[in-house]
Amino acid sequence: MGKVAVVGAGMTRFVRRAQETGKELSYLAARMALDSCGLTLKDVDAVVVGSAPDAFDGVHMKGEYLADGSGGWQKPTLRCFVGGATGVFAPIVGWYHVASGQFDTVLVVCEEKMSSCHPHPQGAFLTIFDHTTERALGPNLLWIFALEMNRYMTVHGITKEEIALVAVKNKKNALDHPCAHLGSEITVDDVLNSEVMAWPVNRLDVSPASDGAAAIVMCSERVAKRVSDRPVWVEGVGWHLDTAYWTNRDLYYPRYVEYAARMAYDMAGIKEPRKEINIVEPYDPFDYKELHHLEGLLFCKPGEAAKLTVDGVTARDGDLPVCPSGGLLGVGNPIAAAGLMKVCELFWQLRGEAGRRQVPGQPRRGLAQAWGDLMQVGTVVILGI
Amino acid sequence: MREKITNPDAIRTWPGKVPVEYVYTVGVASEPFFRALMERGRLLASPCPECGVRYLPPRLFCERCFSRLEASLELEPRGTLEAFTVVHVDLDGNRLDEPQAYGLVRIHGADTALVHRLAASDADEPEVGMEVEAVLLPPAERTGSILDIRHFRPV
Amino acid sequence: MSVKITHWPGTSLSSADFAEGRVLTVRGGVKAEYAWDAGVAIGRYLEELKRGRLVARRCDGCRRVLVPPRMFCEECFRPTDAWVRLADTGTVQTFSISYVRWDMVRLTEPEIPAVIAIDGASPGYGILHLLGEVDPKEVRVGMRVKAVWKDPAERRGAITDIRYWAPIREGG
Repeated sequence: MGKVAVVGAGMTRFVRRAQETGKELSYLAARMALDSCGLTLKDVDAVVVGSAPDAFDGVHMKGEYLADGSGGWQKPTLRCFVGGATGVFAPIVGWYHVASGQFDTVLVVCEEKMSSCHPHPQGAFLTIFDHTTERALGPNLLWIFALEMNRYMTVHGITKEEIALVAVKNKKNALDHPCAHLGSEITVDDVLNSEVMAWPVNRLDVSPASDGAAAIVMCSERVAKRVSDRPVWVEGVGWHLDTAYWTNRDLYYPRYVEYAARMAYDMAGIKEPRKEINIVEPYDPFDYKELHHLEGLLFCKPGEAAKLTVDGVTARDGDLPVCPSGGLLGVGNPIAAAGLMKVCELFWQLRGEAGRRQVPGQPRRGLAQAWGDLMQVGTVVILGI
Repeated sequence: MREKITNPDAIRTWPGKVPVEYVYTVGVASEPFFRALMERGRLLASPCPECGVRYLPPRLFCERCFSRLEASLELEPRGTLEAFTVVHVDLDGNRLDEPQAYGLVRIHGADTALVHRLAASDADEPEVGMEVEAVLLPPAERTGSILDIRHFRPV
Repeated sequence: MSVKITHWPGTSLSSADFAEGRVLTVRGGVKAEYAWDAGVAIGRYLEELKRGRLVARRCDGCRRVLVPPRMFCEECFRPTDAWVRLADTGTVQTFSISYVRWDMVRLTEPEIPAVIAIDGASPGYGILHLLGEVDPKEVRVGMRVKAVWKDPAERRGAITDIRYWAPIREGG
């Protein structure tokens, strides 16, 4: 397999409601990514589009709709989708487009426009539950997060106070992100006293639904050395799906994330992730998910991620910065775009271009991870410089 | 090992729908287009400064070269009928009382076609290549929608 | 080669921009309804629910007893082998106290969704359902519960033929 680099990145602001249409958002991010590395559409051999269910934007066959805004005019173009894990899956698809030797330069674009969906995107989530055995109960998507969070807390004896620290950290980190939807300085008490949605989930435990797009440019080694003075290399990729029978699994541990991580670590030759990875951008649509995923990614033993947060290890200036971007909790959650935002963040951090968000100590290697569907999918990308 | 269905009464389906509706913004490129249509009865196009293609309705970007575009070209609502179809059934397959013609109209000065209704009339059978013009709603009834154009009719 | 980014695109709108007509919008929906086939395994599951019984499928490959039942084993990737009757009792694996309806409308009386591991199925194999006849403050992971069924005449072959699951009281 050929070596694959990321050479450019771009994103729109993540906002509650964007005036831009989905394809306009895609264009703005894609154009920014190309401009950032001095390439034009002529240089692009193929396009990968990542986007969540069509039901959110309200556009059927969204991949086709988004194709022109993503640079796919008269090019080999493919839309990929693995639920919430799509944003980190799209760069994996981009990677194998290039690693296979078929293409030299691939544009990867992820978009979501959640605000079109009324009265609430939750209405579209209903159909992810089994139509006969679950949907009749009137489930809200928050239920499965609440059920997983409760199981996680109960098995390990973790408190809501410890978990709330993740929301406090990420929303504060997001104050330094120019695209952030919900950066703010809050306290643990603010989280605990915010509206109870579905106990143990309070409002401030949850990331906001946002509109936005993000894009990266991926190249073969030959092109990367020509167009970039600081290519960031894809060192490992991994993905894994567990069964959709989510009520047959113990939700306290995301084993599918572990399997995805092990695949990526094997590829990257990583034996001790805690020592060999400098920045982590795990998927954090809810605060407890950051902890859950850090454990699945083997950065600590199951049940020990909360302590890393309490001890400040995961702070931006800590020993293992986690979500220095501000994550989904702070930057926002336009589903697929939010995952790719994490890959963009690694690109900027590893090149020392993250500005006020820059983690100290010249990080050499970072990991981005996303998660989705019915507690089911893990996707992992490891980048290094 | 598949079980045969012996009792058709036992065949079960579970009814449902996706209980959402959508509010779409028309977008940055289309906002001035619909405002010009509503307020002045004119059509805007966005020419690409790089490759020269004139898009109508306007777009934020040229899909061919990725240039950023402006809706800077104001055109009369007249053009050429590029293609048409006559529809006899509605979305559910029911017969329409009156057939409805739809066409692709290339507005003079634009390079892309617009899909819209054609005036219903026995006397004016549509013909590819014919000259057509937009019939607009009265200004007070316009809402900034593509339906501010009632239909196109032969000139 | 990378440019320093000074402008981040994207136009943020407020509720007032919509309410006061400062941006043009189009409304629309998806004009479709569905009739989903329950399928072979769940069809039988629903019929048994109507009779007031819970059933599972057993796989002789991995010896798991699977609920909800399925005609194939996703681990062994072979057909499952037999129907197994389960008890209508179980153990709460996890639960939530939910103040939001499916469409985010707020509820004053919370619902208590739970994953309930069913007695007779493989350990930890559960279904999504609701708890009832219990003070939300009293619910615990590990709590033993029993199905509270609708009257036979009201049952229609649906998961909601079980109204909810209620705690099994000591000595009761």
